[in-house]
Amino acid sequence: MGETYQHQGLGRNLQKQLLGAWYERIARAPETGTKLAYTFVPGNVAELLRVFGFELVFPEINALQSGIKKTSDRLISIAEDCGYSSDVCGYVKTDVGMVVSGGCGPVGLPLPKPDLLLCSFTGCTTFIKWFEALAELHGVPLVMLDVPYIREGESIGPADRAYVVRQLEELIPVCETVTGVRFDPDRLREIVKLSAEAEDLWVDILLSARRRPSPLDAYFEAVFFMAPIYALRGLPECVDYYRFARLEIEERLAHGLGPGPEERLRVVFVGPPPWPHFRAFWELFKKWGVVSVASSYSKVGGFWDEGFRHDPGHPLESIADYCMLCYTNQHLGMRADLLRRYVRRFEADAVVIHSVKSCRSFSMGQADLREAFIKEDGLPTLLVESDLVDPRYFQEAQLRNRIDAFFESLEHRRIVGAAAGPA
Amino acid sequence: MIVAGVDVGSTQTKAVLLDLSRRILGRGITATGANVVQAAERAFRQACQQAGIEEFDTAYTVGTGYGRYKVPFGDAQVTEISCHARGACFLFPDTRTILDIGGQDTKAIKVRGGEVADFAMNDKCAAGTGRFLEAAAEVLGVPLDDIGAVSLRAAKPLRITNVCTVFVESEIMSQLARGRRVEEILRGVHHSIAARSVALLRRVGIEPELTFTGGVSRNTGMVAALEERLGLRVNVSADSQFMGAVGAALFALERAEHQAPRSREMSR
Repeated sequence: MGETYQHQGLGRNLQKQLLGAWYERIARAPETGTKLAYTFVPGNVAELLRVFGFELVFPEINALQSGIKKTSDRLISIAEDCGYSSDVCGYVKTDVGMVVSGGCGPVGLPLPKPDLLLCSFTGCTTFIKWFEALAELHGVPLVMLDVPYIREGESIGPADRAYVVRQLEELIPVCETVTGVRFDPDRLREIVKLSAEAEDLWVDILLSARRRPSPLDAYFEAVFFMAPIYALRGLPECVDYYRFARLEIEERLAHGLGPGPEERLRVVFVGPPPWPHFRAFWELFKKWGVVSVASSYSKVGGFWDEGFRHDPGHPLESIADYCMLCYTNQHLGMRADLLRRYVRRFEADAVVIHSVKSCRSFSMGQADLREAFIKEDGLPTLLVESDLVDPRYFQEAQLRNRIDAFFESLEHRRIVGAAAGPA
Repeated sequence: MIVAGVDVGSTQTKAVLLDLSRRILGRGITATGANVVQAAERAFRQACQQAGIEEFDTAYTVGTGYGRYKVPFGDAQVTEISCHARGACFLFPDTRTILDIGGQDTKAIKVRGGEVADFAMNDKCAAGTGRFLEAAAEVLGVPLDDIGAVSLRAAKPLRITNVCTVFVESEIMSQLARGRRVEEILRGVHHSIAARSVALLRRVGIEPELTFTGGVSRNTGMVAALEERLGLRVNVSADSQFMGAVGAALFALERAEHQAPRSREMSR
C-alpha cells in the first residue's frame, strides 16, 4: 500500500475538463459565429457534420448531465406541466423542460438554439417525436435520416448501405446552406481517420476487461470513459483523450488494480444507469464485489469492439454502416446473441439488466432476455427497474432487496459448490 | 447452542429461536411500527421468554426483511428471499416453488436443491398484497383474521379486477352499492389476489410442491382461492408467518457452526 500511481484518475478528470470546454464552446456559439447541429448519440453522423464546422449538441447528453446534477426532476415537472404524460421518456421531458424554462444547459451555461436539427432514426421511435417537438419549440428546420432497422438473421446489405449514403449525399447541400461552408471530401477523410484512431484506443480499453481482475468497470466507469467518443468523435482531442485514458488502464493492468478493492463476481450489464442516483446504485453492487466486464450501454452509440471502424477509404459508406449497427437498431435476438458473446468472451458469472421505465427502445424485450438467459443458457440474470433521469422511479429499498437476494444466492451457490468439490 | 432469526417485515416483526437440532424453541411477533429497532428487540425478547432463555444465550443472530440492517444485535443480514426459501425447504423438503405474500410484497421464488434459483416480485406497487386485504377488511368492517373464513361462505366469487390498495375503498363501496354481499365481495377479493399471484408465479415457473408463506398464508380463504386457481394443493404451516425468521435462524445456525463465536461469548 501507500504506492503512488502516475495516471490514476486521468480518465475521469480529463473527460470532465473536455466536456466542460465543449459546453463552453456551445454556450459561446452565437458570439463566435459557430453553427450548432443538434443530433442524437446512437449511430450519429458526427464526421459529416464536422466537415461544415458544426458544433454538435446531444439532447440525451444534456438530459443525463441534468440527471447527474439532480436537476432533472424539476425539468421533468416543467415538461409535465406543458402536458407531457408521466409515461413519456424522461430524457425527452428533461430536454423539453430545459428549452421551455429558458434554455439553460445542464452545467449552468446557456444552451443556444440549434441551426440544424438532424434526427437519425436508429430504432427509437421516440427520437422522431422528440425532434419534431424541438423543431416546433425552436422554429428550426428538421432533417430526418431514415436508417433501416436490422432484423434477425440479416446483415447490412448493399441496398441498405446505398439507401443511407444517398440520404447523406442529400444532407450535404442542406449543411452547405446552413453554414455557408462548401463540402470538402478530403476534410471528411481526415475527420473519419481521427474517429478511427480514437475507436482503436477505446476498443483497447474495453477489451482490457477480459483480464482478471478487470482493470475497468465496463459499466460504472465506462459510462464516463465513453463520453468523448460520443461527444467529441472526429476531433483531435478525442484521440488524445483515449491515449491518456489508456495510460490509466495500462497502469492498472501493470499493477493488478481493479476498479474496486476486490473482484468477486463478473457481470455483463444491460441498460442505462439511473443518473440521479448513480453513486447509490453503484454502491449496491460494489458491496458484493461485483465488477461489470462488458455492457450494452457503453456501446449505445456504436459497436467498435465487434470489429467496425470508420473508414477513411470509404467515409460515407462507413458512416452509413455505423448508423445501422447501433444497439437500438438491432433486433432483439441479435441483442441477445451479443450479450451471450460478451458473457463468454469476458467470462462473466451473470447478467444484470437495469430496465428503464420511460425508455422503450432499450427496455423492450428485457423480460424475455432474462427468461431466455435463465432457461436456455442457465445464466443467472437479474432484472431491476427504475429510470434514467426520473428520480420518482428509484426505490432504493426495493432495489437493494433484489440485488442483495440475487448476489447472496450466487455467492452461496458458489460456496456450496466449492464445499461440494474436493476438499 | 441457540441461534436466532429476526424478520423485520413492513408490517410485522417476527423472531424465532433454534437449537442445534433445528428445533424451534421460541417465537415472537409484534407490529413493526415506526421504531424498527424496538420492534426487533421486542420480538426477540418475546421469543426468548417463550423459550425460557436469557437473551445473551444466543450465539448468532441473522436479520432479514426490509429492516434487516436495523437489528442492533444482528451478526449478519440475509434477504427475506433467501430466508423464505430456506425456511420453506426446511418445513417442506420437497418444495420447488414458494409464494410469499407479505404486508407490501408478493414474491415468487423457485428453488433447486434447497437454493434460490430464481425469484420475481411485485414492482413498486402494493396491489394484491397483504396491505390490500387489510384495507378491504377495514372497509367492510370484518376483522382481518376472519376475512378468509367469511369469504368461504360465498357460493362463488364476485369478479373484482381492481386490486389497487389505494382505490380499494371506492371499489368495494361500488360493489356494496350494487347490493353485493360482504362474503361475495371478500371471495372476489381473494380470487383477484390469487390470480395476480399466479401470474407472478408463472414468471419463475410453477412446479410442485408449492409452499405458501408470509402473513397472508394464515388466511384460509386465500389458501382455498390459490388452490382453486392453481389446481394443486399448497403447503401451509402454522409457522408460515415465521418462515422468514425460521430461514434466518437456519442461516444463523449454519454460520455459527462455521465461524468463530462472538467476542461476547468468548469473554463469558
